[in-house]
Amino acid sequence: MNFDFSDDAKTMRESARKFLDANAGAAIARKSMNGTATYDADLWKAVIDLGWTAARVPEEFGGVGLTAEESCVLAEEAGRSLAPIPLTSVLAATEALLRAGSKEQQARWLPGIAEGKVIACVGWGEGNAASPSTAALTVKDGKASGVKLPIADLLGAQLAIITANGPKGVQLYLVDLGGAGVKTELVETLDLVRRSGKLTLDNAAVEALGDADAYQDWLDRAAILAAFEALGTTAASMDMTVAYAKDRVAFGQRIGRYQGVKHKCADMYIKLELARAHALHGAWAMGADAGELRQAASAARVASLDALSFTAEETVQLHGGIGFTWESDCQFYYRRNRQLASALGSSAWWADRLVRALERRNAA
Amino acid sequence: MDFNDTAPEAEYRAKARAWLEANIGEYREPTEFGRGHADFVRHSKIWQKKKYDAGYTGITWPKSMGGQGLGPMNSIIYNQEESRFHAPTGLYAIGLGMCIPTVFSHGTPELIERYVAKALSGVEVWCQLFSEPIAGSDLAGIRTKAVKDGDTWTIDGQKVWTTNAHLSDFGIIVCRTDPSKPKHKGLTMFIVDMHAPGVEARPLKQMSGGADFNEVFFTNVKVHDSHRVGAEGDGWKVALTTLMNERLAVGGKPSHAPGYKTLMTLAAGIQTDNGPAIAQSTVRERIASTYIADEGIKLTQMRAQSALSRGEMPGPEQSISKVVVAKTMQDLASFAMDLNQSSGVVTDGSNPELNRLQGSYMASAGLRIAGGTDEILRNIIAERVLGLPGDMRPDKDTPYNEIKAM
Repeated sequence: MNFDFSDDAKTMRESARKFLDANAGAAIARKSMNGTATYDADLWKAVIDLGWTAARVPEEFGGVGLTAEESCVLAEEAGRSLAPIPLTSVLAATEALLRAGSKEQQARWLPGIAEGKVIACVGWGEGNAASPSTAALTVKDGKASGVKLPIADLLGAQLAIITANGPKGVQLYLVDLGGAGVKTELVETLDLVRRSGKLTLDNAAVEALGDADAYQDWLDRAAILAAFEALGTTAASMDMTVAYAKDRVAFGQRIGRYQGVKHKCADMYIKLELARAHALHGAWAMGADAGELRQAASAARVASLDALSFTAEETVQLHGGIGFTWESDCQFYYRRNRQLASALGSSAWWADRLVRALERRNAA
Repeated sequence: MDFNDTAPEAEYRAKARAWLEANIGEYREPTEFGRGHADFVRHSKIWQKKKYDAGYTGITWPKSMGGQGLGPMNSIIYNQEESRFHAPTGLYAIGLGMCIPTVFSHGTPELIERYVAKALSGVEVWCQLFSEPIAGSDLAGIRTKAVKDGDTWTIDGQKVWTTNAHLSDFGIIVCRTDPSKPKHKGLTMFIVDMHAPGVEARPLKQMSGGADFNEVFFTNVKVHDSHRVGAEGDGWKVALTTLMNERLAVGGKPSHAPGYKTLMTLAAGIQTDNGPAIAQSTVRERIASTYIADEGIKLTQMRAQSALSRGEMPGPEQSISKVVVAKTMQDLASFAMDLNQSSGVVTDGSNPELNRLQGSYMASAGLRIAGGTDEILRNIIAERVLGLPGDMRPDKDTPYNEIKAM
């Protein structure tokens, strides 16, 4: 049994953590929050130079051709560092092009992504869409009119991968953001570090990316990447809280001695490790194209959101009054929690998807 | 990444499976010879001897102790294969999992020679005599005393929650030998003959109705100094060896316990005001959360096995196992009974699946306490894994006989 990341993926995780520890983190997140830039351009350039956007792109398209495991560890470290860069959007978009794209579509977009010239983002929301399974936007003769929002990292992107109704149901479409009839603007969200946008299409050209089945397959893969991102954010939030509990003194002793405090920290760890086990299962299923992909992805999504929401909420709580101030870093995790929870469909929607997968397996 | 056995692991699994297939006999299906049945001990002894003769006992123990000298993966693989059946194994879990490893880690060559092989072959049954009415989570608060006169110790006191004491031939017992020292320092461990005069094991009926464990009374019980395990005053250190083994033993979900699949089956067959229970989102979320806990622990164990398979130590994430498993069992059982509405409490045997869940509801309350309570396990995670400071222990450095409650 070898249920663990490869040595290559572990090496990449270590180097990514080292780099982001030194170059990202709460101070950089705060700079982003206080500024107006759509992302941190210096940090993004450094990340491109490190080859992270090329990691998953096949060699024939100018990339390094690494495995899904490397994407998973990069997503985790991006989540840990709160880095205000569009890395996780690009990783999810790359996966969509890899799984659903034709050779022509891959040749058109992947080299730019690898080189860092193309920022790609993904979005299913429409402001009122019930779930990732539904869309109001409909494509006719290769054109669409309507709105998608919120789309994280839309501003500054050259390519958007969105959902719309196709011939056999909801599926993915490519939108060249430089095309006619395409408008992007800022949309304010709870997350003040990672900017989101509103995409308005007015009889704009869109191009089918795979079919309805390919979209469902991609959703599972995106959920696994998102689970790793959430794991990283959860771990950072927990670490900050544990450090505070070791330092803060009340009633003559460090608050980490109180069971009311330490048991919450233990519960953060319990939820984090349960989520990590499921996320790792997802990474395996993704790499092996396993029949359990949907089940593993859905469980990873639900477990990671459970860990993140508990940890982000209790992080503020255990910091007490100072945790509720604008100056405290707690708000980054508390806000990011909702950003990640809404980005790919709610926990309840994924719980239902998990049970559907289990029902299918039991019936088989 | 893969879930496959390595070649040597696959070979060992095939060998173990073939042996089990050929020898499992009547234990292929569930039997009535469980704990509490009059023939439990007889069946347990027959099965243990068969395994001993075939080389499937003491798998990880050194060969010098009569073990097989193999790695932890071999033991895991054998147990996985054996748990596919219903062989009676519970009688030896504590003796071979905790007591005897303590004896061969800290005992004299004479004690090892006298006791280890007889325990491993199943001839002699062992129990662990640590907890007391006043010393549960605070185990070092032990009050049972042993007083030395020449080469003989006299033990007086009471132990409790002693699994299998009424079926045991020997036990390891921790006693207070120097009450003038702080509580962790004045303890000593001994091997005690459970048939000796003055030892009385009274089965303790659990709230679940079973009687797996006992209160054990010691009145003027004589133990020769040659049966001391470890040095005088080292009892706490020696006991930690046993407890480390216990944490490994009490961990995963009991095999054959109800899980998320039970809930799915049940929910598919129950109608609510709004249609089948399985179609309700509240029910589906509970199925999902049960799956996440059950399978999450299984996957976490696979992470540990992967480390062991590479010859590395498993990570600290193993420590979440029991605290998740026990509470998940309890929550699942409660929810499943709720789904049955008013018949959820009916135990007349008319619904075997429901009866299993009721059993799980009762048993899980004990599982949340046994081998470290939920609260102690959270302390351990917080202190040893996350590095938070320990609880204030105002009695830690006080001589035992001067401790007063604050």
